[in-house]
Amino acid sequence: MHRVAITGLGVICALGKNTKEFWSSLQQGKVGIAPITAIDRSCLRFQNGAEVRDYNPHDYFQPKQADLMDRFAQFAVIAAKEAVKDAGLELTPEICSATAVITGACVGGQSSEDQGFYDIYRANRNRVHPMTIPKTMANAGASLICMELGITGAAFTISTACSSAAHAVGLGYSMVASGAAPVALVGGSEAPFSLGLLKAWEALRVVSPGTCRPFSKDRSGMILGEGGAMLVLEPMESAKARGVRIYGEVAGFGMSSDACHITHPSPDGAAAAMQRALSHAGVAPEQVGYINAHGTGTEVNDSTETAAIRKVFGAHADKLAVSSTKSMHGHTLGAAGALEAAAAVLALRDGILPPTANFTTPDPACNLDVIPNEARKTQVECCLSNSFAFGGLNAALVFKSA
Amino acid sequence: MATDDLIQRVRSVVAKNKGIPEDAVSLDSTFADLGMDSLDAVNLLFALEEEFDVSIPDHEARTINSVRGMVNGVETLLQQKSADTGTSG
Repeated sequence: MHRVAITGLGVICALGKNTKEFWSSLQQGKVGIAPITAIDRSCLRFQNGAEVRDYNPHDYFQPKQADLMDRFAQFAVIAAKEAVKDAGLELTPEICSATAVITGACVGGQSSEDQGFYDIYRANRNRVHPMTIPKTMANAGASLICMELGITGAAFTISTACSSAAHAVGLGYSMVASGAAPVALVGGSEAPFSLGLLKAWEALRVVSPGTCRPFSKDRSGMILGEGGAMLVLEPMESAKARGVRIYGEVAGFGMSSDACHITHPSPDGAAAAMQRALSHAGVAPEQVGYINAHGTGTEVNDSTETAAIRKVFGAHADKLAVSSTKSMHGHTLGAAGALEAAAAVLALRDGILPPTANFTTPDPACNLDVIPNEARKTQVECCLSNSFAFGGLNAALVFKSA
Repeated sequence: MATDDLIQRVRSVVAKNKGIPEDAVSLDSTFADLGMDSLDAVNLLFALEEEFDVSIPDHEARTINSVRGMVNGVETLLQQKSADTGTSG
């Protein structure tokens, strides 16, 4: 088995259009949540989202090329190209034929699908745009990354709601560790701001009418976000041989299923994912200094996650720091696990832990050190990134400093 | 005071939603009595909105945990609706 190094990162989200901007915003506790501009929000009960601002696809793609890609797939390609460049990876024919591409996507090209449905049901047209299917399919991100970079290895998409990208990172890690792929480009992307989908989220009554305040007593729900994040994974020995900068190591991956309820999370399922990730990594709970929490800001998630963390870490739960960066970049669904893995890895590299923004009042049901509002300088040895999906499908990743 | 008709309609929506006989749903039943979880509650709110053609705000929905609370809430919304449309309801 190989040890697995993270050698490249690419990010686009409400906090910035590249990794540098993303990390700078996270350190400043900058919040990317604002009134949604993508759609007419007058018929929505909630108003705010974490959109990528001032985004023009033509800054990244030829007009004809952009026409073939839904916004979610554009984010996947933008993040992938940045990650490959960041890793200084030379895409030789040999590398291209063996590299794996695994993307997470929860809802796929919703805006494209919504437009097609609007045309039929509302505008009484009798035809939809012929690109509706290829733009909507959840694997469009993976396919377009391969086309753009000429990668012909194993490529697929994982759709496990809010855990999609964490599962993608974990699967890529397994492929690199086992030798099945010499390089894996892994992550996820999402662009959920279509009216039809937002109305569906509204009906579930889990979106905040205000902002996202994870672990706060007065939290009122999640805030949706959009974006993409991709990571380059390769064997530690080849990263060292290339002499490239190593962000950190993916040390372990744990998965579990709640087998319990379609929307209500279970502390046992969440705890099992964390426990398996730690034991897979051979890391003792006491070695973990930081957890990038799932931390959606809903009443139930944050108290359940707190209980799960206490179950896994025991007395050490009072010594480790936990934050939810969703308070800044929103809940990016199928991209969340990758954005948050990137945040965790950057925290590990720089010894700076990103805060939980918008924090107001402690909640006894979430009595962890949640790094309220201000980033903290703390060098940690290991950190964890949690993703818990609707449907009870959980994933936890362990990262170690290089 | 809510009319018997309104109470009956709410009880009927609750019973249908939860898949239990109407007799099992009284004005004093709480969500806990009925074995309702958060997702049942969201589905029930939707069913009530459909039945009465009202929109139940999240902050009000959060405070309701009984059939009586639902009846009172729906009654208030219906009164607001008739005031807004200028009809006697």
